[in-house]
Amino acid sequence: MPADLDLQKLIFGRLTIESLPLHEPILVATFAVVALGGVAVLGALTYFRLWGYLWKEWFTSVDHKRIGVMYMVLGIVMLLRGFSDAIMMRLQQAVAFNGSEGYLPAHHYDQIFTAHGVIMIFFVAMPLVTGLMNFVVPLQIGARDVSFPFLNNFSFWMTVSGAVLVMTSLFVGEFARTGWLAYPPLSNIGYSPDVGVDYYIWALQIAGIGTLLSGVNLIATIVKMRAPGMTLMKMPIFTWTALCTNVLIVAAFPVLTAVLVLLSLDRYIGTNFFTNDFGGSPMMYVNLIWIWGHPEVYILILPAFGIFSEVTSTFSGKKLFGYSSMVYATVVITILSYLVWLHHFFTMGSGASVNSFFGITTMIISIPTGAKIFNWLFTMYRGRIRFELPMMWTVAFMITFVIGGMTGVLLAVPPADFVLHNSLFLVAHFHNVIIGGVLFGLFAGISFWFPKAFGFKLDPFWGKLSFWFWVSGFYFAFMPLYVLGLMGVTRRLRVFNDPSLQIWFVIAAFGAFLILLGIACFLIQIAVSVMRREQLRDTTGDPWNGRTLEWATSSPPPAYNFAFTPVVHDNDAWWDMKERGYKRPLDGFRPIHMPSNTGTGIILAGISVVFGFAMIWYIWWLAALSFITLLTVAIGHTFNYKRDFHIPVEEVVRKEGERTRLLAAEA
Amino acid sequence: MASKAASAVMTDDVVFYLADEHDHAEGRSTMLGFWLYLMSDCLIFAVLFATYGVLGSNYAAGPSPRDLFDLPLVALNTTMLLLSSITYGFAMLTMVKGRVGQTQIWLAITGLFGLSFLSIELYEFAHLIHEGATPQRSAFLSSFFTLVGTHGLHVTFGIIWLVTLMVQVGRYGLIAANQRRLMCLSMFWHFLDVIWIGVFTFVYLMGMLR
Repeated sequence: MPADLDLQKLIFGRLTIESLPLHEPILVATFAVVALGGVAVLGALTYFRLWGYLWKEWFTSVDHKRIGVMYMVLGIVMLLRGFSDAIMMRLQQAVAFNGSEGYLPAHHYDQIFTAHGVIMIFFVAMPLVTGLMNFVVPLQIGARDVSFPFLNNFSFWMTVSGAVLVMTSLFVGEFARTGWLAYPPLSNIGYSPDVGVDYYIWALQIAGIGTLLSGVNLIATIVKMRAPGMTLMKMPIFTWTALCTNVLIVAAFPVLTAVLVLLSLDRYIGTNFFTNDFGGSPMMYVNLIWIWGHPEVYILILPAFGIFSEVTSTFSGKKLFGYSSMVYATVVITILSYLVWLHHFFTMGSGASVNSFFGITTMIISIPTGAKIFNWLFTMYRGRIRFELPMMWTVAFMITFVIGGMTGVLLAVPPADFVLHNSLFLVAHFHNVIIGGVLFGLFAGISFWFPKAFGFKLDPFWGKLSFWFWVSGFYFAFMPLYVLGLMGVTRRLRVFNDPSLQIWFVIAAFGAFLILLGIACFLIQIAVSVMRREQLRDTTGDPWNGRTLEWATSSPPPAYNFAFTPVVHDNDAWWDMKERGYKRPLDGFRPIHMPSNTGTGIILAGISVVFGFAMIWYIWWLAALSFITLLTVAIGHTFNYKRDFHIPVEEVVRKEGERTRLLAAEA
Repeated sequence: MASKAASAVMTDDVVFYLADEHDHAEGRSTMLGFWLYLMSDCLIFAVLFATYGVLGSNYAAGPSPRDLFDLPLVALNTTMLLLSSITYGFAMLTMVKGRVGQTQIWLAITGLFGLSFLSIELYEFAHLIHEGATPQRSAFLSSFFTLVGTHGLHVTFGIIWLVTLMVQVGRYGLIAANQRRLMCLSMFWHFLDVIWIGVFTFVYLMGMLR
């Protein structure tokens, strides 16, 4: 009998039939829905014979535009998961009063708030931001692809791998119950002996590799591949914010990687980095993770600032007010974001001097940020503002983000923070800036660049409906949390004793319900737009009377983006070309040199999932095997020297001829 | 109005696109990209150094650097790694001259120095663990083994990479792609040297002073 057990351990590690959460009806029902939905999607793909198309044109594609779109799809799918977690929490907190335990057991509830945070940051916000940068940046700088097209594909699939591991934890085993940053000693093996934290670690490590490489890739792209004439101070502002964000990624994510390695060592081999005894220091973890964590929030918000800048100037029909101050503000924020991490744990007891230093640096960040707000306002001032959807999101952002910014400055005051630390006031603050800043920015960006990606605009009616549900839902969901936080309610609570608090939680739950409608309208908007695509068609490539180079080419752009590399004279290059009577070249085309597709990225990422899963469940033979396979496939890939091809000139002529006809029909 | 008219005339001479463009040489961003990767790797080491700096004197009543480190052995180890950097430099010099055979020999010698560095390090680790100074013993030893071990892992991957490149140079010669790859490995190898100088100074030498 013991021999049997050992054999099972040897083959399956700690994975047993009990690891499947069959005793949790909510999870079983979710699994049934996901499985049915999954079978339906897979069946439809097979029925319509789309596998070959998807594999050849999308999964193995090294085209930055397609990879960008795939990132967006990933982000939106994961948004549904992250939001399900959110609405479950809101419901639980709204009903768990007057002796009721609510409907979620503690074991499950704790996983939900952890998963919600992890998914929303790493697998919703990050893919959406990276996706937009991937799609837009090469077009804005007049390039044909990124510097390292294969790495780009690989980065995307590594992000997917991380998401797959997080989703797996829903049905096989469990997720971490530690909060989204997994502080030790709680996340150490003594207090979290099960697989939850290991899922957390490996999902983030694998996705982190993707994020880091895409950061390197985009920096190299922006530095090396700008069109002639585009000096740094002539770069579109979104490209500037993308550059700063990717610098932050390259300078911050290694810290996350390292600190998670140290946590893994503590958990797997019993070192003493973050333990309470043998000289370990849990505070070291808190410091290190926030040295990554604070820049991370700027990684998310800077591109959103870039989007708002593009949108404001396009829809006001004016040059951006204070371009260079905008650039300097962005760079200053980039630098300052490294000098504020300690404000996340003023209460740890670093002493008055240290706390005041970090309190002051935090407050200083509001200066460049405020400058940006004024720049947008002055851009709108005396502009001919068109209140299309992207502009509506921008205005909603300006109002909402200013509130979030002010509560942020309030939290930056250490004595105030001692009162508000770990309270719902904090939860309200960061949702205020992340939803009101990042998410509104992403929605503005999606509705702004969607016609560029697909050749037709998004339906404005459903978009506006989604907008109003989101914005009002946000205020209903989070303003009550400010009130509760000021009353001293702490975060992550599952049940409440004081019945007078319930009304606020009910209002917050109502807000979450409005946001649910907002998300539904957004999905309907996409479906309706696809069905009405002929009416919404944009044949000009420039549906908004745009200002930067991405609007100079067709929608959707051809694989090679630009038949001829543009030459830039102004920071609103396309506007400048239109003003000065630029004539689109109609002949003299040449074959275009492009990178070839490869399946290596998705294969490596697939093996990484197996490796991560094996490490999580202590299936050592599989971990070793998959790691060796990973190395072999990676090395094998380097033996392929033929990674490019030429788009034949006939193809270019055909594509450009099509565009000429469309433009003529328009005129 | 006058200036507008002038700019309209100007329009004809303004170039808005490159009519005559050649293929871009492959890999023109590789060096920058690789530098960026190295700097991110450098940050991983920075975290490990910082951790060693904070936890390095938490002996938990266990052994301290003075009880454990064998400086002559580490000096020998350091010599091996520094020599490997010099021989890699020679490999690059012969690569520039296009001499495949000599490049391969220098690369092989570099690999051997790398291997002897690793062997000495493994011997040192085995010795420490045998004496009971395991990574689990104290935060000092956890951070010591992790910092030095991470460097060792990098050297290991460097050697795997080196062998791969030797096979590729053998098969395809010193073509542009292979030269670029050798260049990247060269940066990686020297980078590891620089990191090791940090380890030698901060961990070993200053450890003995404590």
